[in-house]
Amino acid sequence: MHIPDGFLNSGVSIATGVIAAGAIGYGMVKAREELDEKSVPLLALSAAFVFAAQMLNFPVAGGTSGHFLGGILVAVLLGPWLGGLVIGLVLLIQCLGFADGGLAALGANVFNMAVVGTMFGYLIFFGIKSLLPKTKKYFMISTAVSAWLSVILASGACALELAVSGTVPLHVGLPAMLGVHSLIGIGEAVITVVVVGVVLAARPDLVKAYGYLPPIPELDAAEVTQS
Amino acid sequence: MNARKKSLYIFVFAGLAIAVALALLVSPWASSSPDGLEKVAQDKGFEQKANETESAWNGAPVPDYAVPGLNKRHPVLATALAGLVGTIAIFLIAWGLALALKKRGGEEEGGHGVATDKE
Repeated sequence: MHIPDGFLNSGVSIATGVIAAGAIGYGMVKAREELDEKSVPLLALSAAFVFAAQMLNFPVAGGTSGHFLGGILVAVLLGPWLGGLVIGLVLLIQCLGFADGGLAALGANVFNMAVVGTMFGYLIFFGIKSLLPKTKKYFMISTAVSAWLSVILASGACALELAVSGTVPLHVGLPAMLGVHSLIGIGEAVITVVVVGVVLAARPDLVKAYGYLPPIPELDAAEVTQS
Repeated sequence: MNARKKSLYIFVFAGLAIAVALALLVSPWASSSPDGLEKVAQDKGFEQKANETESAWNGAPVPDYAVPGLNKRHPVLATALAGLVGTIAIFLIAWGLALALKKRGGEEEGGHGVATDKE
């Protein structure tokens, strides 16, 4: 759902751009604290994998294709801030290097996929995970459900931006976007679960969200008391 | 290099090999149907808004994931090469960005962390 230039008006482009820049900027601040010897190579691998996987459009119903987004995958592996940073970087490179998604629409694309799909998606993942029994099976179910929802929510944000820009009315654009992305989201959930499953089998310590560690705010508090 | 770090690097480069293989070997055979947003734009009649608008950026070296010049004669090769170059480039850019953002002295802190783990 990379929005090209021409679909959004300047107000929507600027508003989403400001929010996206703020979120990515905060992610960069958090990256200073969170990046270590282990997460630097993992972040590079995540970005490369998401880029490659996003090239692989799979067919969904009625002459339409969809591709992996990767927001929940990277958020589960790296946490929401580094995860959002990875998706933001992939979108920047796709826009500047491959003309995929407009430059004027970059802020909106980062907002939809990195802020809504990844950072907010992680919040949903975390909420679902907290409500379910603490086993691997339910961890994978939380991953699958939030991966599906992340695509739905990102496509909803996209439809909202198109409506506010006067491109397509909400009552036309929203059902159409949600409908097709509810199918694409199934692919997203399957790919996310397979990849998280492989990483959990090979190196469970690389899945940051696994292991039922305390949530990030509590970790921060613990770090403050330590120092 | 300790065993733990070595196993991490094996994991990361094995993962990169998988990503490169997907981009190089699978991407030319990916579906070329319009994606979700493109399809909605076609069906709801606002696709032309993008075509009529001058893009804010026209300097992409590899537009539409196909190496220019190769695309007409060898479309499969053009896409495969774009995937290969893009995947390796983004791996290096992301690694560099992560190193630049990382707190200075993080190496030593990381080393210390491993040492305390063993205690």
